[in-house]
Amino acid sequence: MSGAKMVVQALIDQGVDTVFGYPGGAVLPIYDEIFLQNSIKHFLVRHEQGAVHAAEAYARSTGKPGVVLVTSGPGATNAVTGLTDALMDSIPLVVLTGQVPTFMIGSDAFQEADTVGITRPCTKHNWLVKDTDALAHTLHTAFHVACSGRPGPVLVDIPKDVQFANGTYEGPAKIKSHYQPQLKGDLDAITALVEAMETARKPILYTGGGVINSGPVASQLLRELVEATNFPITSTLMGLGCYPGNGDNWLGMLGMHGLYEANMAMHDCDLMINIGARFDDRITGRLDAFSPGSTKAHIDIDASSINKVIHVDIPILGDVAHVLEDMLKVWKARGRKTNSKALKTWWAEIDGWRKIRCLDYAADSKVIKPQYALERLEALTKDHDRYITTEVGQHQMWAAQYMTFNDPNRWMTSGGLGTMGYGVPASIGAQVAHPGSLVINVAGEASWLMNMQEMGTAMQYGLPVKQFILNNERLGMVRQWQELLHGERYSQSWSESLPDFVKLAEAFGAKGILCSDPADLDEAIMQMLAYDGPVIFDCLVEKHENCFPMIPSGKAHNEMLLGDAAIKGAIDASGSVLV
Amino acid sequence: MNALNITKGTSSKSAYNLRSGHADLNERHTLAVLVANEPGVLARVIGLFSGRGYNIESLTVAEVDHEGHTSRITIVTSGTPQIIEQIKAQLGRIIPVYDVHDLTVEGPSVERELSLFKVSGKGEKRVEALRLADVFRANVVDSTLDSFTFEVVGSPEKIDAFADLMRPLGLAEMARTGVAALSRG
Ligand SMILES: Cc1ncc(C[n+]2csc(CCOP(=O)(O)OP(=O)(O)O)c2C)c(N)n1
Ligand SMILES: [Mg+2]
Repeated sequence: MSGAKMVVQALIDQGVDTVFGYPGGAVLPIYDEIFLQNSIKHFLVRHEQGAVHAAEAYARSTGKPGVVLVTSGPGATNAVTGLTDALMDSIPLVVLTGQVPTFMIGSDAFQEADTVGITRPCTKHNWLVKDTDALAHTLHTAFHVACSGRPGPVLVDIPKDVQFANGTYEGPAKIKSHYQPQLKGDLDAITALVEAMETARKPILYTGGGVINSGPVASQLLRELVEATNFPITSTLMGLGCYPGNGDNWLGMLGMHGLYEANMAMHDCDLMINIGARFDDRITGRLDAFSPGSTKAHIDIDASSINKVIHVDIPILGDVAHVLEDMLKVWKARGRKTNSKALKTWWAEIDGWRKIRCLDYAADSKVIKPQYALERLEALTKDHDRYITTEVGQHQMWAAQYMTFNDPNRWMTSGGLGTMGYGVPASIGAQVAHPGSLVINVAGEASWLMNMQEMGTAMQYGLPVKQFILNNERLGMVRQWQELLHGERYSQSWSESLPDFVKLAEAFGAKGILCSDPADLDEAIMQMLAYDGPVIFDCLVEKHENCFPMIPSGKAHNEMLLGDAAIKGAIDASGSVLV
Repeated sequence: MNALNITKGTSSKSAYNLRSGHADLNERHTLAVLVANEPGVLARVIGLFSGRGYNIESLTVAEVDHEGHTSRITIVTSGTPQIIEQIKAQLGRIIPVYDVHDLTVEGPSVERELSLFKVSGKGEKRVEALRLADVFRANVVDSTLDSFTFEVVGSPEKIDAFADLMRPLGLAEMARTGVAALSRG
């Protein structure tokens, strides 16, 4: 079998039916094989970065690995941002790159780049395959590595002569890899955690993307745990949906733009149970003031995440679903104990923080407030079978705050890397995976322009993605930092010379909708939802709105800045909470 | 290095307190890393150290099991206890890494390094260099009328000491292999 055919065969044997890619000289033999078969559908993007982000959202929304095929040199270098994004957010991807023939490697051949060298720090692992006989084995191992343990992107670089040459194909069954991450947590550590849970007066569950990566069972078990113990629960940006946003025990997202009640509870708790999160700096704020009075437990499949930034008392290395299952078993066997009296007081304290109503904002009848736009979008779409992607900036944080995620795998955003330009291709990847569902990209106008070429992909494949642009004509998040930290010197944070988004939509063959009056908003959103095809919705919003709450960099959780409306509420409601 | 800027003792319950009072002091550790002998594996290890800002004091690598395609990388590094733990966990995450041993904590171990010294000089100094070489059990592996090349095998400290002595006696050039280490017994 030729190497090129092996690639297609290996993908089929791995259960892959969708590939995002872009052809070029060094992958032509593989594209030839793709032409000759019908099992795998190839989606032609408009830029390789788009292929990787689309594959990320495909993976995130299905739980399956995303697959990308690009050419050598510029094809591979264009994929680098997406690879880094996937590495930071632990998204399983298998990226296949063409390479110049083996006998030309090192000669500065046309479109040669040291792809494995360039992508070594931004992949979980990568391979250059120099021999067709090793190709099938490498490809199957690549899938194994991408999906096992803490998931991540892998890359297989395939020289053109290896694609042309013949070799022996082997199926996935024979793959033996020494890479077998530990799934079960240590029972003694789990028992220590259960003991701490039984007596905790102020417990909190701090959850993250690891719950979602672990799979639907993990989210199910988490819900069971919350219901059984009545512990409050918060999550990072990456974990939204692992516990229902409309659930009683939900405190909202935590962190830099997290909810007041979530951050205060993290600060004041006496037992913090970190489940699949990583104490990222957007979460912890000032390290030496991070939750000073708590015993900390950390469940993570990646040993290097444990004790990396925050030293924990009870480390548990394992897969979230496996550990939660054992945790529940042990807790039940020991008599389902919690300190319910203390918990009641704890909830009363939390309810006090909730009364601050930290997401309140000053309404306006003339200008659309971005928060209002998202509240309306939420209200009008929450009953849909819905997937949300975002770009990066204020709109992303508002989407996390004002939209509700009741199920895992419904929320696709660039967390660790904060990649502007993620949302448009991500919406395409999610829509490819869920053709009948409503997919909305909540975007800022500046981010949206970074990968807007992918509207062409949406048109080509009839993907009815809705691009909901909160257009403040500003690099809003940058502007906010300049306002708060740089004396309102707005250096280069204007979005100048913006296109007419309605005409732009029409130029692509999509529908454009412009809305600038709060009174028209509902109808305009309904119009977007009713349209059977891609829509670019240009929502002109208040230009200088700031995103609150905010923990300024280097501050502690209890040093949160609240918005004007909430500060008024705070003073009315409970006097001096904000010391 | 204390890049993380964590202050100890901020709480009675938090494990910040569990660290010893000297937790911010650098320790020197010798790590033995067993890896699959495949292309790029050394680049992965070195890239990890440079990318995350860890120190490398010495690094040696060679295949140790031809049949099993296994190489052994011996790394001498330094950092706070927390950083050392991070280094080990990060090394363990590299896919072709089979095993990471911290020889400094896993019981007694022996460390040896091979070094070559070219010492040029005449008369009194030349005689003194030869006499000291004898004390250090150095071998003379090359000699000309106005230079000796010594081979010294021993712990890094012994080699440092020999270098200090040779400097005033006309040390012209020196080469060291880096540390090879094994646990004892
Ligand atoms: C690729 C990239 N470049 C720069 C940044 C820094 N950055 C973060 S948010 C932001 C502004 C985003 O503006 P917009 O998309 O309009 O969103 P808004 O904040 O206005 O809602 C910038 C420039 C980034 N995150 N990603
Ligand atoms: Mg903007």
